[in-house]
Amino acid sequence: MANTMFSRRSLITRAGQLSLSAGAVALLAGNESLAGKHASAAGGNDVAILNVALGLEHEAIAAYQIGAESGLLQKPVLDVAVLFQSQHKGHRDALVATIEKLGGKPVMAMTADEYTRSARLKVSSIKSQVDVLLLAQRLELGAVNAYLGVIPAFGDRELAKVAGRLAADETMHYTALTQAMGASLPAAPLSYGA
Amino acid sequence: MALRWFAGVALVCAGTFPGVAHASGDAARGGELYSARCGACHSIEENGAGPRHLGLFGRRAGSQPVYDYSPALRASGIVWTRQTLDQWLANPNELVPGNKMFVQLANEPGDRADLIEYLSVATAYPF
Repeated sequence: MANTMFSRRSLITRAGQLSLSAGAVALLAGNESLAGKHASAAGGNDVAILNVALGLEHEAIAAYQIGAESGLLQKPVLDVAVLFQSQHKGHRDALVATIEKLGGKPVMAMTADEYTRSARLKVSSIKSQVDVLLLAQRLELGAVNAYLGVIPAFGDRELAKVAGRLAADETMHYTALTQAMGASLPAAPLSYGA
Repeated sequence: MALRWFAGVALVCAGTFPGVAHASGDAARGGELYSARCGACHSIEENGAGPRHLGLFGRRAGSQPVYDYSPALRASGIVWTRQTLDQWLANPNELVPGNKMFVQLANEPGDRADLIEYLSVATAYPF
């Protein structure tokens, strides 16, 4: 089922989306006005929020890497996983650049072994392609809600806008993964965030 | 008679000890909400961006030794109960200004009741 769903044209011909990462980098890292705005306590909060987001991106990149190296993902599912991972790498690069621009210190990723042993990822329970997709789906939904949840907390409205754009990417990932597994999409409106 | 005595003790305990489940929320739905809304930063067993939740009820806020809490939360004097969790989830920065949890993802009282019901079960130390 997953393989069939992922073979749909809408999921596998998205080369244009790769440019989103570059666009996000430009939006974040290229916004010179951000640096001057954040020499304040509110700016310190913004850096802390961005570092939490960066930690989530590190985790997502690791999870897709684990999935890709598991031997459980078949083409074209593997291609989509690699695409989504590349977008998370774009998010990571943009967040690192912005944190540094704001005078903060970006959090580092854990080692591959630490992610593999993490109780949060539960890698030892992954036995099939669907298990990989379920892990990715869970992380993507968590990221959607995290990004939406921090929007009101940003002191800088430009960063709030960026969080919304990041949430949009994660929502796209979550939706694609959900449909790939033949699972139901959210029935209620306003199902993300709260 | 014995059964009635046991039921009476259970009721007293439920009202006395934090962490004992009350039938005020839907734990199953709370589990889904926890994964979707809290899971990016939290898990029951392991610290992430946010602290782990094992043994949450009855613990003083900011007191787990291996997690880097904000000074504001460590100094809050809060003990986690159903009531304080409800206040925290409704607006963490109103309850403890200056803490590190920037996310508000449980604005609805029903969502908070379900989350707290789930946490009351899931965070209990295994015996």
